[in-house]
Amino acid sequence: MQPKPLNVLCLVSIGAHPTSGRARRAEQDARAVELGLRLAGEQVQVLHAGNAEEEALRAYLGMGLSELSVLQQPDGADALPVLFDYLKDSGAQLVLTGSQAETGEGSGMLPYLLAEQLGWPLVVGLAEVEKVENGVAQVLQALPRGQRRRLQVRLPFLASVDNAAPVARQSAFGPARRGTLWTDEVHVLDDDLLSNASFQPARPRPKRLKVIKAKTGAERMKAATAKAAGGGGQVLKDVSAQEGAEAIFKLLLEEGVIR
Amino acid sequence: MSDIIRRDPRAERIARNRLHPLHATVQRSETSWMGPNGIIRKNPHAVGFIGPNGTKRIDRSGAQQGGTAKRSTQAAAVQLPLHTVAAPSFYIVVVPDLVGGRLTTHDRDLLGLAHKLAGHQGAVLAVVFGEHKESSFDTAGVDRLLHLDGALYSGYAPEQQVQALTAIERQFRPRHWLLPDSRTGGGELGRRLAAQLGERPATRVWQVTDEHCIGRAGAGQQDLQRPLARVILAASECAEPVSESRHEALAVSLDTEVARCLPRIEDLGAVAVDPAATPMAEAEFILSGGNGVRDWDLFHRTAVALGATEGASRVAVDDGHMARNRQVGATGTWVTARVYLAVGISGAIQHLQGIGACDKVVAVNLDAGCDMIKRADLSVIGDSAAILAALIERMAAHRAGGNRDAA
Ligand SMILES: Cc1cc2nc3c(=O)[nH]c(=O)nc-3n(C[C@H](O)[C@H](O)[C@H](O)COP(=O)(O)OP(=O)(O)OC[C@H]3O[C@@H](n4cnc5c(N)ncnc54)[C@H](O)[C@@H]3O)c2cc1C
Repeated sequence: MQPKPLNVLCLVSIGAHPTSGRARRAEQDARAVELGLRLAGEQVQVLHAGNAEEEALRAYLGMGLSELSVLQQPDGADALPVLFDYLKDSGAQLVLTGSQAETGEGSGMLPYLLAEQLGWPLVVGLAEVEKVENGVAQVLQALPRGQRRRLQVRLPFLASVDNAAPVARQSAFGPARRGTLWTDEVHVLDDDLLSNASFQPARPRPKRLKVIKAKTGAERMKAATAKAAGGGGQVLKDVSAQEGAEAIFKLLLEEGVIR
Repeated sequence: MSDIIRRDPRAERIARNRLHPLHATVQRSETSWMGPNGIIRKNPHAVGFIGPNGTKRIDRSGAQQGGTAKRSTQAAAVQLPLHTVAAPSFYIVVVPDLVGGRLTTHDRDLLGLAHKLAGHQGAVLAVVFGEHKESSFDTAGVDRLLHLDGALYSGYAPEQQVQALTAIERQFRPRHWLLPDSRTGGGELGRRLAAQLGERPATRVWQVTDEHCIGRAGAGQQDLQRPLARVILAASECAEPVSESRHEALAVSLDTEVARCLPRIEDLGAVAVDPAATPMAEAEFILSGGNGVRDWDLFHRTAVALGATEGASRVAVDDGHMARNRQVGATGTWVTARVYLAVGISGAIQHLQGIGACDKVVAVNLDAGCDMIKRADLSVIGDSAAILAALIERMAAHRAGGNRDAA
């Protein structure tokens, strides 16, 4: 018998194209949907809190979903309480989110706050779900520098995906048109962020200058022309190859790069 | 050597007496000295030295004094002034990433920012989890150091760490929490902490002015300016690192034992990934070969044995031993590896530029005078083939030993 597929729910938001700023499906959220489709197939549920009129939402439907639920909210409303209310009794076993929104504050706090309120564990940077057995999932977490870590976590849990998750499939136009957007009117709570904070176009960050703290001109000259010199490095001369290899091996082990 | 000026009456007497047989030896050759009543005296004739071709040379840098004057001994390593906070009126808590057990540049920037916020009254408290290899907490700007060690914090234990941080919150009531907004742990820990404390953090902060902080918002198209938050997740280069003072780095401890939380996420350890598949710019450990490698088959086998990503110098690439995308250096990839093992690479400036960000460099070379040796933290002078073969052997022994332990 085919095992019962996981009950997966993906939270999606509207993204912004990095150059034009035009609304699009958010890159990481699309990856979350991709992961959900791989885990649960057609059964994956996709949820958005915001404006159901937004055309960019259909790009998610174009990935092969038949429907998408929207909790209707105006811009600038706090998505957290409505998502919490929805998830509380949705029966989802795995909730997938992107790790950072492309519009608005983009603090990446949503999965953390949801997990905190729901009391679920949170896996950050989910790359792959290896297996689910007896209500326990074994997953791979993406670490920097292409490394992976294996984790075991009990269902239900929340997971955020970043750019290490599988690349999202293309969105097809036909399914995107045919899919249905279910709208739910919800109680709206305003987010108080903008009462004391303000958005401005991103300023280019100043490049850090290499400050040379030298008292005399000669010192400055020396600093400007110096070659990279570690200085004080240990040099092993006239040693046998074995001793040399041993010294290198010891350093590598100390740095924890060999396992 | 003490700096106190002492008079030598006998030498003074001889110096005054031109008929004394030792008169010439006690003549001052310094160019300037402190006179008996504290005025600086100068002898313009004694400046400079006679160069090799007999002309008088003056070196204004003061570094070289020919053979004439006795060079003063090099001043001992400069002791930076000690910044002490006897009774801190508030705390700024920093939780550095300590990648590989050492402070990263990001951590140092953060400590610099913490000092800006702490001023003279506050103390910067750094919280360190697990083992570390850092020895320069004092110059990095740590006033108080809280080291939480033990099996509880080993491996991936974010929930336990948050538990400890909340205990710190209760005891120290920090004015600000500063964490690096990095993928190496700080970003995650900081957000978990903020969710636990119920604080709204300021994220990706890159500038902090008196009352406000500016952070990137969304996908980086916008900045968000807001009043200074209690929990700040700062981007790298958010402030200048501390460089002009030394700090106490006094060890402090928690009054209460941190409750052990039941881990809901179990760490099953790192997964072996194919090192050849990791992009070079991101690889953590690179074995790089140059013109001094003769046996490339042996080189590849060593890379497999060590689990290292392969790199190469330009000569090795030009000769067709390695693919072009493996070239490290100015015209290749700028790597950020933590450990860079350079075999048979002379260390041309174009190559050294590419490894500027590397933490530990190990060199294997026949020539003890080459530039790579000057850059390296550990150099082994010897034939590359013999050392690579010995390394494979040593690794095999290590693997066998490890397996025996596991069995
Ligand atoms: C515009 C420009 C851009 C460049 N960009 C790059 C770049 O991006 N990257 C780059 O790498 N180079 C670059 N170069 C080339 C660079 O200047 C050097 O020529 C090159 O890095 C030297 O490579 P190497 O160290 O492998 O070879 P060599 O300089 O020949 O050094 C070989 C070393 O191996 C040692 N050796 C020899 N036999 C053995 C042995 N049996 N065992 C152990 N050691 C041995 C020797 O002592 C010597 O130190 C650039 C040059 C130019 C002009």
